[in-house]
Amino acid sequence: MEVCNRRMNLWANGPSPGELYSFPGSTSCVGVGPVKTTLNPMVTGTSVLGVKFNGGVMIAADMLGSYGSLARFRSISRLMKVNDCTILGASGDYADYQYLKQVIEQMVIDEELLGDGHHYSPKAMHSWLTRVMYNRRTRMNPLWNTVVLGGFYNGESFLGYVDKLGVAYESPSIATGFGAYLAQPLMREVMETKPDLSRDEARQLIERCLKVLYYRDARSYNKFEIATVTEGGVEIEGPFSSETNWDIAHMVSGFE
Amino acid sequence: MDDLLESDWTTEEVSTGTTIIAAVFDGGVVIGSDSRVSAGQAVVNRVLNKVCRLHDKIYCSISGSAADAQAVVDIVDYQMELHGIQMGQPPLVQAAATIVKDICYKYKEELVAHLLVAGWDHKYGGQVYGTLGGMMIKQQFALGGSGSTYIYGFADSAFKPGMTKEECLKFTKCALALAMNRDGSSGGVIYLVTITSKGAEETVITAKDIPSFYED
Repeated sequence: MEVCNRRMNLWANGPSPGELYSFPGSTSCVGVGPVKTTLNPMVTGTSVLGVKFNGGVMIAADMLGSYGSLARFRSISRLMKVNDCTILGASGDYADYQYLKQVIEQMVIDEELLGDGHHYSPKAMHSWLTRVMYNRRTRMNPLWNTVVLGGFYNGESFLGYVDKLGVAYESPSIATGFGAYLAQPLMREVMETKPDLSRDEARQLIERCLKVLYYRDARSYNKFEIATVTEGGVEIEGPFSSETNWDIAHMVSGFE
Repeated sequence: MDDLLESDWTTEEVSTGTTIIAAVFDGGVVIGSDSRVSAGQAVVNRVLNKVCRLHDKIYCSISGSAADAQAVVDIVDYQMELHGIQMGQPPLVQAAATIVKDICYKYKEELVAHLLVAGWDHKYGGQVYGTLGGMMIKQQFALGGSGSTYIYGFADSAFKPGMTKEECLKFTKCALALAMNRDGSSGGVIYLVTITSKGAEETVITAKDIPSFYED
C-alpha cells in the first residue's frame, strides 16, 4: 500500500478505496505468479466403489478422465497398488491423484529400504492420508480427490474413505461421487441381509453397480478396472466392460 | 457428499444434452439422434427418442431444454396437421421449418431449444433446415446439440452431396457414435428416421450395432 499524506481510513484495517482486501494469512493475490492452489479440478474421474468380502476387499473404478463433459481420456487407471496388503482408488482431479500416487510410491520404496520387514498397514495408510488431506484443506490448497482405501492385514479386511475436506470413515461398502447416490443403496441392500459376501458375490455386486452407473452417470464410461486384495496379495484386473441392455429403447413411442 | 460444493443435479435444469444430425441423400433425408436426457451429471432418461414426427414425411430432432423443445414440437405437430388438411396435400418441409422458426424466433429469449427440421416433399425432394436461434437455413447436412462440436471435423470430411441411402445412413450412424462416445451429455442408443417419397422408416440402433472406432 502506498504511503500518502493523509490515509483514508474507511474502516479499521480495511483496504483504501480501489484496493482489494487481502485476507490475513493469504498468499499472493490472484493473477500474480503461478497459482499454487487447486481451485478447480480439471481432468476428473467419477465414482469409485469399494466392498468388503470374506477374505478381502474389492475396489472398482472406470477408466475415464473427463474434461468437463468431454470424455477426454478413455484409458486411465484410477486404481493403484500401495503394497501387498493395500489398494487405493481415487475420484476427482487426476493430476492430484498422480501426485498422491508418486508420493505414496516413494514412501513405500523408502520403507522397503529400511529393511525391517515392516510394511504400512491399511489402517496406518488411511490415517496418514486423512492427516495429509485435512492439512491441505486447512491450508486452502486441497488435493481435490475422494480416495477409497482397501486392505487385508492380520486376517482382517479394511475399507476406508477420505475426501478433500479430510472427512474420513470406514464402512463395509463405500462409493464416491455419483456412486454415493446410485450404487451405495444397492450395495447396502445386499450387505445388510448378507454381511459376509464371498469373492464372487462381491464381484457380481460391484459389476451390477458399475452397470447402473454406466446407464445413469453422464460422466462414466463402459470400461473399468477391479482391484482385489486378499491374503494372497493384490490383483488389479481389467479393462472390462459391462453387458448393457437397451431393450426398452424399442418400446419407446413419442413422449406423451 | 462430493457435490455439496458444486452445482447439484437436483437443481440443474433437465436438458437433452444431445447430439442430433440430419443429412440429405439422393432421394430423401436421414435424421438421427442419441437418447440421453441429463440433469447435470444425472442421466434422467437413457432412452428418449429425440426424433419427433411433425407430419408423415417431415420429422424434426430436438436439443436444448427438454421441456422447451417438446413444447415447440407439440405446437408445430398440431399446426402441421391443420395445414396439411387445409392444403389438401402433404405439406412442404419448408412450411414446417417456417412454423418452427417463427416460434423459436418470437420466443428467442425465453426458449432454449434447437430443432433440426428435415423431410421429403413432392416439390423440392429431400431437405434439411436448421433453426438455431430463430433463424432458418437450408443445409445439405446439419448438426446440433452439445455433442455436435466434437464431430464438425468428421462431418466436414466425410459428407458428400448426392450419397446413396446406405452411405448416408453410415454417415449419420458414425457421426452420432463418435459424438456419443466423447460427449458426456450424449449417449444411449441411436434413433434414426429415413424419409423418402415412399414414407418414413424409424429404426433403433443399440449397443453392439453402434459403430466403434479407435480407442486407446
